[in-house]
Amino acid sequence: MKFKAKVLVYLKKSILDAQGNTTLHALKKIGFAETESLRIGKFFDLTLDVSSRAEAEKKVKAMAEQVLANTVMEDFSFELTEVQSHVAV
Amino acid sequence: MKAAVIVFPGSNCDTDCFHALHSVMGISTEMVWHKDAVLPKVDLVVLPGGFSYGDYLRTGAIAKFSPIMDEVKKHAERGGLVLGICNGFQILLEAGLLPGAMLRNRSQHFICKHVWLKTESNQTPFTSILKPGELLNVPVAHGEGNYYCDDATLKSLQDGKQIIFSYSNEKGEVNERTNINGSRANIAGICNAKRNVLGMMPHPERASEPVLGSWDGKKLWESLLSQGGVVLR
Repeated sequence: MKFKAKVLVYLKKSILDAQGNTTLHALKKIGFAETESLRIGKFFDLTLDVSSRAEAEKKVKAMAEQVLANTVMEDFSFELTEVQSHVAV
Repeated sequence: MKAAVIVFPGSNCDTDCFHALHSVMGISTEMVWHKDAVLPKVDLVVLPGGFSYGDYLRTGAIAKFSPIMDEVKKHAERGGLVLGICNGFQILLEAGLLPGAMLRNRSQHFICKHVWLKTESNQTPFTSILKPGELLNVPVAHGEGNYYCDDATLKSLQDGKQIIFSYSNEKGEVNERTNINGSRANIAGICNAKRNVLGMMPHPERASEPVLGSWDGKKLWESLLSQGGVVLR
């Protein structure tokens, strides 16, 4: 089974996101007054070949904890979508 | 006393460290490529500054997986000395040899200038000849030097007297105004609980000769030599 994983990594809420705040202020300054908050993070797009959804979840969580995020300062979340294999006609 | 300087792809202070250790201090020093799986028998391992792996993902995040890092960890576990300078400090944090993480500087700017460091503890082999509170004039050059850790970790660093250097001014005042990058508690350098691993953002190797405008950094090398080059393992 193939799964597409979209992993998001962002600074913990307790940590000041200076880039995010600066960008938020820029949005407000040019007229997007309705913007209430903005956080900047990283996005990872992975494809995995695994035997089950449970395995995909376990592997992506491990990847995020060990490599993609530094959990001292960052949180992460991810979404999995099964990729249907295309059969040649 | 023998030393090794680890060279990662993107290290750019490796030859400066070699020069300070070997040419200035006369310490037998080897350059060791990060893909080597064997560490020569040395007392001191230096992880130099630079941009290992182009700072891809996070500073130091990929370098921690270099083959030599397993050996560096074993060396530290044996009680061998490890000094991480700038990117080397970032690698030590990512590798879990020191607690905490590095955020981008509060100002978002790359900061490159001489700063004043206050010696918070001389109870390490790296700072043994310094007087408590002694001020050092040493340059920094970093974009991600904003040291972060949670409250419990900060308390444990404070209780264990593991904060070794803090950002100060020429009067020795340590406060928000002297905090160049937003680091928690003005932290410029910390050691581990065993006190044989030191990470610091400032560059002592760039302040080890009069021609460089400051030679305060030389006191770290002199401290190490005053230990007699004791092999701790």
